[in-house]
Amino acid sequence: MTKAILALEDGTIFHGHSFGAEGECCGEVVFNTSLTGYQEILTDPSYKGQIVTMTYPLIGNYGVNAEDVESSQPQCEGFIVRENSRIASNFRSTLKLDEYLNKNNIVGIEGIDTRMLTRKLRISGSLKGIISTVDHNETSLVKKAKESLGVEGVDLVKVVTCRKPYSWNESTYTLNSKSEILNSKQILNTKSQFNVVAYDFGIKFNILWNLQAIGGNITVVPADFPAEEVLKMNPDGIFLSNGPADPAAVTYAIENIKQLLGKKPIFGICLGHQLLGLALGGKTYKLKFGHHGGNQPVKDLKTGKVDITAQNHCFAVDVDSIPKGLVELTHINLNDRTVEGMRCLKIPAFSVQYHPEAGPGPHDAHYLFQRFAELMEANG
Amino acid sequence: MPKRTDIRKIMIIGAGPIVIGQACEFDYSGSQACKALREEGYEVVLVNSNPATIMTDPEMANRTYIEPITPEIVAKIIEKERPDALLPTLGGQTALNTAVALAEMGVLEKFKIEVIGANIASIKKAEERDLFKTAMAEAGLDLPRSDYARTIEAAWTVLERIGLPVIIRPSFTLAGTGSGMAYNKEEFEKIVKLGLELSPTTEVLIEEDLTGWKEFELEVMRDKKDNVVIICSIENIDAMGVHTGDSITVAPAQTLTDREYQKMRDQSITVMRAIGVETGGSNVQFAVHPTTGRMVIIEMNPRVSRSSALASKATGFPIAKFAAKLAVGYTLDEISNDITRETPASFEPSIDYCVIKIPRFTFEKFPDAEKKIGTSMKSVGETMAIGRTFKEALQKGLRSLEIGRAGFGGDGKDQYDPALLQTRLSVPNAKRAFYIRYALESGMSIEEVYELTKIDRWFLDNMLQIIEEERELKKNKTELLKSKDLMLRAKQFGFSDRQLAVMTGRTEMEIRTIRKDLGVAAVYKLVDTCAAEFEAYTPYYYSTYEQECEVRTNTGKKKVVILGGGPNRIGQGIEFDYCCCHASFALKEEGYEAIMVNSNPETVSTDYDTSDRLYFEPVTVEDVLNIIDKEKPDGVIVQFGGQTPLNIALGLEAAGVPIIGTSPKSIDKAEDRKLFQKMLKKLKLLQPANGTAVSFDQAKLVAKKISYPVVVRPSYVLGGRAMRIVYDEVELEEYMTKAVSASPERPILIDKFLNDAVEVDVDCVSDGKKVVICGIMEHIEEAGIHSGDSACVIPTITLSKTILEEIRKATQALAKKLKVIGLMNVQYAVQNGQLFILEVNPRASRTVPYVSKATGILWAKIATKVMIGRSLKDLGIEKEFIPKHFSVKEAVFPFNRFPGVDPVLGPEMKSTGEVMGMDDDFGMAFMKSQIAAGQKLTTEGKIFISVNDQDKRKIIDIAKRLANLGCEIVATAGTAEVLRKSGLTVEEVAKLDKGRPDIIDLIKNREVSLLINTPGGKETKADEGKIRSLAIMQNLPLVTTLSGARATATGLEAAKKKGLPVKALQDYH
Repeated sequence: MTKAILALEDGTIFHGHSFGAEGECCGEVVFNTSLTGYQEILTDPSYKGQIVTMTYPLIGNYGVNAEDVESSQPQCEGFIVRENSRIASNFRSTLKLDEYLNKNNIVGIEGIDTRMLTRKLRISGSLKGIISTVDHNETSLVKKAKESLGVEGVDLVKVVTCRKPYSWNESTYTLNSKSEILNSKQILNTKSQFNVVAYDFGIKFNILWNLQAIGGNITVVPADFPAEEVLKMNPDGIFLSNGPADPAAVTYAIENIKQLLGKKPIFGICLGHQLLGLALGGKTYKLKFGHHGGNQPVKDLKTGKVDITAQNHCFAVDVDSIPKGLVELTHINLNDRTVEGMRCLKIPAFSVQYHPEAGPGPHDAHYLFQRFAELMEANG
Repeated sequence: MPKRTDIRKIMIIGAGPIVIGQACEFDYSGSQACKALREEGYEVVLVNSNPATIMTDPEMANRTYIEPITPEIVAKIIEKERPDALLPTLGGQTALNTAVALAEMGVLEKFKIEVIGANIASIKKAEERDLFKTAMAEAGLDLPRSDYARTIEAAWTVLERIGLPVIIRPSFTLAGTGSGMAYNKEEFEKIVKLGLELSPTTEVLIEEDLTGWKEFELEVMRDKKDNVVIICSIENIDAMGVHTGDSITVAPAQTLTDREYQKMRDQSITVMRAIGVETGGSNVQFAVHPTTGRMVIIEMNPRVSRSSALASKATGFPIAKFAAKLAVGYTLDEISNDITRETPASFEPSIDYCVIKIPRFTFEKFPDAEKKIGTSMKSVGETMAIGRTFKEALQKGLRSLEIGRAGFGGDGKDQYDPALLQTRLSVPNAKRAFYIRYALESGMSIEEVYELTKIDRWFLDNMLQIIEEERELKKNKTELLKSKDLMLRAKQFGFSDRQLAVMTGRTEMEIRTIRKDLGVAAVYKLVDTCAAEFEAYTPYYYSTYEQECEVRTNTGKKKVVILGGGPNRIGQGIEFDYCCCHASFALKEEGYEAIMVNSNPETVSTDYDTSDRLYFEPVTVEDVLNIIDKEKPDGVIVQFGGQTPLNIALGLEAAGVPIIGTSPKSIDKAEDRKLFQKMLKKLKLLQPANGTAVSFDQAKLVAKKISYPVVVRPSYVLGGRAMRIVYDEVELEEYMTKAVSASPERPILIDKFLNDAVEVDVDCVSDGKKVVICGIMEHIEEAGIHSGDSACVIPTITLSKTILEEIRKATQALAKKLKVIGLMNVQYAVQNGQLFILEVNPRASRTVPYVSKATGILWAKIATKVMIGRSLKDLGIEKEFIPKHFSVKEAVFPFNRFPGVDPVLGPEMKSTGEVMGMDDDFGMAFMKSQIAAGQKLTTEGKIFISVNDQDKRKIIDIAKRLANLGCEIVATAGTAEVLRKSGLTVEEVAKLDKGRPDIIDLIKNREVSLLINTPGGKETKADEGKIRSLAIMQNLPLVTTLSGARATATGLEAAKKKGLPVKALQDYH
């Protein structure tokens, strides 16, 4: 077993064993509390720049498969688990987790006290860290962690966005249809087809699936795709996707969105929500350690109903900083009362901080895609 | 929206006695519900016949009825109390069935009682298979192919459609009673017929065989605003085909991808809505095909269940408490999570450890029963273990099981027959986990084991890892004792010090010292519902071997550790948990910190708010010493948890643990024959003639000297394990070969059996200076029946003043001599006016809760306070209190789970639970205890009497009394003749094989309403066994002792005179 070390910027050192690729990786260390869905987490582009630790200790049990991916490859910088399973047991599994990480050159460490690490992150806030299987000098590792980029003020969208526009359809990403499990996807009732332009700030496949399920013909465009080009395409609606790191650093996107406000119905998720907030003149701020998991309670302030949601964000919108009269707060997080959703009062646009597309996580908030369809229909 | 103000008084129905399939988890849920509702200011009316519960403590509800849970009696209580609402979802199947019956009788409508939690329509939809099936189909959910039948002919038609093999499940029976799998037509016919008989609605479901599919459960909660959360997912390690209650299960699910899990989650929510469970907790069970992923719904329970108790303990999320709050109108987001304080209950717990539940079986109690397990539940208890890995949790769980194992084998106790390997894997049984070890150890591949067991490869691989690690450790023995890294790794694999001792040829204590010197010590982590995402305030811990220890032990308060009883088994049940809980309450009252150690997830003691700190850990020397190292308590209580803590008391004391109360040496003294005899001699107390033996030859001599019949038993057992009355040398030889091999180091005890003696149980409490009698209990059955299986009454009914005085004096003398501080139990026998000491146990006995309920004094609390130095005088306990009313305790048996087993009572304990009947009149109290125990006593129909020759003369009087009540009497030739001679009209019926119709025919035709059958000699045993077993299966009242028959007559007379009045506990004391 190759030795691996995790060093944090505050000087904390964890000794463990290497799994996945050997080498070195830096990133902001975050914890995810989902009990299942590590493959979706690994492949979620929003984790660019981050090293993810799973709070559930037994990871890799069901291996990886061809279907449960949120992008074409793993995106996070590194992966931390208490115990990696040496076998993969699931009828859909095609590879073991270790092999998958190795193949995709993701550095992993196992065998450390991940609960201690999680508590540390909770108490002191997110920390930058480094995993290394090559450098075992603790001082040098801590120094590297300190000097690493982190996510605050950093634009990582440009790293994960697509290079040129493309249209999403089933052939873009073919599902292996032999497994019955995939056929359960909920198809929402929609009367019509919509042309949707989706800004790719690091978009997840599941969002595209869900947009397709409401009757969307989707054109995915790069993060810096000019607003006027979008308007030229005359879509029924514009979607602002999730993505990694600090929204405030993605200035070009904010500018584009400003120009699109009020022109077409807009729906934003996660980073897309934050960018909408910034475009409306508001501010975003960094949370202590963010929300990463599939058990976050979100209350719809209109209906009073609580959804259990999947979340993955380090930044949040300060809704009070948005000029008065522009938006109303629609959803809040019941754990810490942070903003989870807003709706523009004067223009057809709304957004949520969480992930109604799930992948991984509960499907409670699926209805928001339907709401987007209704918004497009009403403004069509 | 806040709680409802239109209801004020709420009735909660408890689950009644502990039976297989319904254990103390419902005391846990009921207690939580009572507390939650009273916290909200509601008046609570509680009905439960089980006195050994915390929920029936007088301060738990405003009005507590320790009365039989039958619709008729609950209706009377309703009439008297006029509650506004009925909450039936916290008392198991008993409460649900009672609620449905009350609705059907029109009682709920008549008294305008609203059912809260789940409405009657939903309950029916979930419980009645055809309604369930329709509801699921309408919701678009996949079910196993199935159909129901009400006749055997209809069953054949269904079978044609589905094809063998099939599972047959009778409707409306508890925990799958009567369910079975049929592989051929003969089996099919047998199971269907039995099922139709057992089902109260004469209905069976015939279902597609899902054997070998993976099995899962989700625990779901819903509020009235339709917010739904999943509390926990549970994966059964044993594949479909083994009842969930008998499966080793793990939480959370280990082998589901998020896609599969979310589909299951979506379906659970759909099920909740389709069934219409308005508020509260439910569980939904799924089967998943291992290679196609087809997911079907097996069943749902619209109530809190055994699995919810497990899910509560596994996650820290108090399902029952919240279910009660949801039932009165709160929504999940209005309830705050006790553990994190700041976050609401409307979330889904995330856990960062692995939880395993392992069932505890007691097949050794029923040697004639089939030892395989299947779709009908047979386990009597369970243990839960928490670890950071599956391997650690599995090993902890197995060593918590109280079966003498120190982990997943490798403890010097691995013995098996290689020829049986395949069968033990393919036919589920209580020891299968160990057989998997033997198989893998002997080189069988994971694939081969998988094919035989259908246990998911992930679990098998983890088991294999343990074996491989053990091999490595054995190879590096010397290194292991020197290397911190290796030692730490071994502990992370869950190996106990005892296993390591066996591997290295050291003693357990040597390993402990070496390990600690290497700096390898257990750390404690929190169960916090949120995987450390929020700060947790609830001190609920488990041990593991990692970097950080989270426990905060230094609070400046004095503290006492209470050791719990581990898994329930026959002989050790809820009674001991009751005592442990009271110890905790008492310590808190005295300003001490109470620290609980236990491994039983069904209990109130493992509720996080019962004590100041809870360690969910195996109760073994190693695990307890680790906690003591951390906590450094001022005292440790071992006398409340039954045999489990007593077994380790000497070990703990040797390690310097400050045990408070009666010293382990005194406890030992009472167990040591020779010391005990010496003491009795000094006190001039009598014992039945006795001796000890280590071989058959010795035993023969002893028995001859004291003359047959004799009682034989191994030393150091609880619940009369392997205890028997032996009438001659042949029986003695058979016994000695069996029992001596069972415990080679311990001698066999031989006592003269006292014929026709009255047995008496006495509980007392002592502070070292003063001894106060808690209660003197007179057994209804004569001596020779295990005290745990015998009915008894407080106060005594036939004993003379002289004898009672003698009993008091003897008890005083014994307690003083044994330097008892705390509780002590003495068993006496009175024969011809002479008092004999049978047994002394200087610890809390099984009768403590019963005595407490009968006298209205919380004896376990008093004893605890005494143990920390308070005097009885101080506590106002000056003298014995003899209540004016009668309280009869009756035992409840699991015979209906073991078809073919003769349900006759003897010195070996077989009951799983108890009930209590209370009344101002003895006969009525006895009658209530019988009804509560499930005996449907009535004077209508025929009473069958067949007694042995000894009893023939004495039965006459009883028969006359029964005849006077209007009963018709049927008897076999011998008994009939005696009765006729005394002037009674008797119908004669043939013995088995002596013509038809015989008694079996009469029973089957339901012509008989009560059987009085005392066991005859060996010749008739087989026939009688058949009759008795059939009676149990037919749910017919059965009395197997003369004294029982006498009390039954008294009870029937009382019922005829007064009907069945009800009275609250609060009105007695």
